[in-house]
Amino acid sequence: MPRHKLIASESDVSIEVDEGKDNEFSLYYVEVEENSKGGQDKQATRDGKRRRERNGEVSRRRASEKRSTEMGNKRAEKKHEKHHKTTRKEGEKHRKRPRRSADEQEAENESSKEKKNIKNERTKTIKLEDEQEKDVKKKRKKHVKNEEDDANPGKTKQKDCQEVALKEKKKKRKKPETTSESESQSESNSESESKDNPAVGVLGSLTPEELEKLKEAVDERKKLITTLKGKPWPMKKKLVILRESQEFVEKYEGALGKGKGRKLYAYKVLMMKKWMKFQRDLENFKTACIPWEMKIKEIESHFGSSVASYFIFLRWMYGINMILFGLTFGLVMVPEALMGKPYGSMPRKTVPRVEEASAMNFAVLWDFGGYAKYSVLFYGYYNNQRAIGWLKFRMPLSYFLVGVGTVAYSYMVVIRTMARNANEEGGGDDTSFNFSWKTFTSWDYLIGNPETADNKFASITTSFKEAIVEEQESRKDDNIHLTRFLRVLANFLVLCCLAGSGYLIYFVVRRSQKFALEGLENYGWWERNEVNMVMSLLGMFCPMLFDVISTLENYHPRIALQWQLGRIFALFLGNLYTFIIALMDAIQLKRAEEEIVKKNMTIWQANLYNGTVPDNSTALPITVHPADVPRGPCWETMVGQEFVRLIISDTMTTYITLLIGDFFRAVLVRFLNNCWCWDLEYGFPSYSEFDVSGNVLGLIFNQGMIWMGAFYAPCLPALNLLRLHVSMYLQCWAVMCCNVPQERVFKASGSSNFYMAMLLVILFLSTLPAIYTIVSIPPSFDCGPFSGKNRMFDVIQETLETDFPAWIGKVFSYASNPGLVLSFLLLLVLAIYYLQSTSKTYKRVNMELKKKLQTQNEENKKKNKLAALKAANELEQAKKAGEQRRNSASDLGVNEESSSIDEAGHRRQPGQNGRFIHPSQSHHTQNSEPPVSSTHTTTRPPASRGHTASGHLPGHPQKNAHSNRR
Amino acid sequence: MGNKQTIFTSQQLDAYQDCTYFTRKEILRRFHRYRDLAPQLVPLDYKNQPEVRLPYELIGSMPELKDNPFRQRIAEVFSEDGEGNMTLDDFLDMFSVLSEMAPRDLKAFYAFKIYDFNNDDFICKSDLEKTLNKLTRNELTEDEVRMVCEKVIDEADLDNDGRLSLEDFQNMIVRAPDFLSTFHIRI
Repeated sequence: MPRHKLIASESDVSIEVDEGKDNEFSLYYVEVEENSKGGQDKQATRDGKRRRERNGEVSRRRASEKRSTEMGNKRAEKKHEKHHKTTRKEGEKHRKRPRRSADEQEAENESSKEKKNIKNERTKTIKLEDEQEKDVKKKRKKHVKNEEDDANPGKTKQKDCQEVALKEKKKKRKKPETTSESESQSESNSESESKDNPAVGVLGSLTPEELEKLKEAVDERKKLITTLKGKPWPMKKKLVILRESQEFVEKYEGALGKGKGRKLYAYKVLMMKKWMKFQRDLENFKTACIPWEMKIKEIESHFGSSVASYFIFLRWMYGINMILFGLTFGLVMVPEALMGKPYGSMPRKTVPRVEEASAMNFAVLWDFGGYAKYSVLFYGYYNNQRAIGWLKFRMPLSYFLVGVGTVAYSYMVVIRTMARNANEEGGGDDTSFNFSWKTFTSWDYLIGNPETADNKFASITTSFKEAIVEEQESRKDDNIHLTRFLRVLANFLVLCCLAGSGYLIYFVVRRSQKFALEGLENYGWWERNEVNMVMSLLGMFCPMLFDVISTLENYHPRIALQWQLGRIFALFLGNLYTFIIALMDAIQLKRAEEEIVKKNMTIWQANLYNGTVPDNSTALPITVHPADVPRGPCWETMVGQEFVRLIISDTMTTYITLLIGDFFRAVLVRFLNNCWCWDLEYGFPSYSEFDVSGNVLGLIFNQGMIWMGAFYAPCLPALNLLRLHVSMYLQCWAVMCCNVPQERVFKASGSSNFYMAMLLVILFLSTLPAIYTIVSIPPSFDCGPFSGKNRMFDVIQETLETDFPAWIGKVFSYASNPGLVLSFLLLLVLAIYYLQSTSKTYKRVNMELKKKLQTQNEENKKKNKLAALKAANELEQAKKAGEQRRNSASDLGVNEESSSIDEAGHRRQPGQNGRFIHPSQSHHTQNSEPPVSSTHTTTRPPASRGHTASGHLPGHPQKNAHSNRR
Repeated sequence: MGNKQTIFTSQQLDAYQDCTYFTRKEILRRFHRYRDLAPQLVPLDYKNQPEVRLPYELIGSMPELKDNPFRQRIAEVFSEDGEGNMTLDDFLDMFSVLSEMAPRDLKAFYAFKIYDFNNDDFICKSDLEKTLNKLTRNELTEDEVRMVCEKVIDEADLDNDGRLSLEDFQNMIVRAPDFLSTFHIRI
């Protein structure tokens, strides 16, 4: 078997390889033989056939070896082509006649050796031989005519060539004998190969058209090389083909083109090769750069694709945050730290005198107060100086643009990913292949863990059972009223939970404002961190509550998962927005405070001038230490701080939950199991499962907070990067060490766009408040890059006015006039509407086409089935007719007939092992058939069913013969 | 790039890269996985292409395959001798087809071969029964199995010959939403 296979594959190889050559040469090579030596060959063919019949295969092989010598000058160099084909044909035959394989493989080897020699010779001698060329051309024309191929031989494209080649292959089916015979006749051959040389120069004599074709062949080979990996062949064959194609390309590439063109071509080829190599290296490098691939693969193989999808999502998120971090770090934080005014040079960059004592305390730093607050990490530290450093870096502009850019980039990435996913998922919703898909695609080949495999087996079995039950439509909808009631109840409970959590957060935020007004210093740790802690705790426990509630409603797991996700989403969103609303209140408070400070400031300044420098007011400006200067509350920094704290506390709760909920639980279960009264591992606490949906949502909301807060705290992306990095390792570890695979194994596909959609919604919702604050609230007067401006976006106008030529400013002002903007918006809306409606139409057309196809398929099926049924009926009728005849005949006959009926029955069912079939049995079969058809049989003449009844009708004569014999 | 590996010649590596969906590094990684199955059998030098064949017992015990109900079929389909004993070439071929990069058509072709248990180029009822029994660990009753088989053939058999040809199979599988995501093995 293996040997046979191998040979078969090699024969395939030669077919593939031949295609190229056929295009160029076989056209006329074959012809050469057929025309010039036609008579002889025909003779040879006949001889060969006879001989083969006489001598069998061995002689034939010997013949093929000998044959090469007999060829004439011209033919000898083409011979190898033939040889090749011969071997191919032989190879094809091998499939049918495997026993000859050994012999012919040798022949094949030999011929391939020859082929190589000849190839070399051919490439070496590039001579013009006009006569020969003419000859060849003529013959080819004839040949083409012979083939009745209307394609112009000069312009023959690849297809035509292939057709011709195919035809020739067919023709050549008979040829092996020809060639082999002609060879066998001549035994003296060693000289012929040396004589071949002049004839070898065909390549050199090729016309431009042929060159063109050769080029095409080379291109074909190249294409083959690039698509080789997609071919369903065994590796050995692929390697062989690759080698041969590469050799072919190497050989003929150099021969292509002449003079100038040749050099250019060679150069092009060289560059192409270099480029390919570069691309491959780049590809290698790229895949080497994908982080955590092995970790994720390991998880995937243990827990299936759904858990791994979370980690892939996490990695994707990490990539995005990397970009965000690069933007904020490279364009905002580093320039400010390097080129901006140093710490302590101005009030906004100095810790105020009041806080100085505690500014370095860990507790303060942990809350991002003290020195952390007055650093590049927050908005307030940045100066409103237009250009900083020797680079004249436009700091405020850069700050603003980076803020906008991060959001824009995020939008772009999310939407692009969604579109790509949508493309991939396109059209998998029809249920016409329900069972087939279940059968052939439900096993997740990724699973490499016995427990997961067990769960998967179980889930597949249940899904099959469910499908069967559904199919039988005997599904007992036991007490639909109860389920309905329970579902309503569940939703009511969830709503209560949501409202409760919203109120709790609102309450806590109001309380914290009260604390803040009275001064946080008087309160303990809990009072200061109440808001964050409450939010985190709610985020931790509410999903569990929802999970419990959702057991009430008895949904299909997939639907249940979506409900669960939707509920958690609503919870998080509610919490986030309550938080933001509270923050807005805080901003208003701070701004009121700011007004007071502003007034005090003027008084303070006046006092300063009046009190300390009474005499020489014309002299130096007063130098006060920046720490002593009174300052506004700077609401932007406050907002940034809030977000940073939120992120930190969120991260902490996540990690702590992980540690307690997963790790300690697993440890307890494992080690207390030995001394406990019930089985902990399979009983109540058991090990935890990995909660994909909850984790994904957590990630999404975390990202939302980053987007919201990044404008006011440039350090947020960096923090988030750190968090994601740590959680990648921590969660990977936790999953592998203390989680068990989910009982209900889902496939992740299909939900990825669901997650993306949620991410998009969150992105939108989180940019809303940020945009609101940027656009409608004036920046603080004494902190941040936009201090002193009326609005933050004024920085654009300022840049336009001062840094660009005047006309650009003018153009901009024209462009920003409401008339233009409105019309532009209108245009946009129109474009969106147009695109949407066209896409809708496409979708509809698609659906219709699909439907049409489906109905056509079904019709075809029905037709086929009807036809099959008809045929079966007819067959049965014929059978019956035959039987009836026989029966009637047997009724006429006496006892001896039973034996003859046995004969007939035996003949009718040759597969049955029972030698004797009782007459009663045959009667029984007759009775089981529908009565309608039996009546038919009586009316229809059995003779008309000759083709089907041929096996049974002869029962008569045979029986007669039998009886006669008896 | 580190060129320090001495297992293959660079031509060999290039050829493998042309014939599989793997990069250099991945090919080397798969080689090491292959070698780890039987370090005493597989040499560390493949430059002169030694004839090494690992028995199915070793291949089937890989963690990636050992829980797969179709592991034997996979090994049989991809092995050159049809009995699951694999050379390195077969091994690379197998994981190339099962990699994420492989196109749908290629995967469908091999999936068809895998599910065609009796190698007759058609998925007939007995093949389906085998598939189902492997998928559910014989937990469906005979009636259920028969019904599912009938349904499958009813759904996917377009030419009504009572069995699934490669075209039928491809036609069905290319529309399956989960096929690409589940028919791959990451190694």
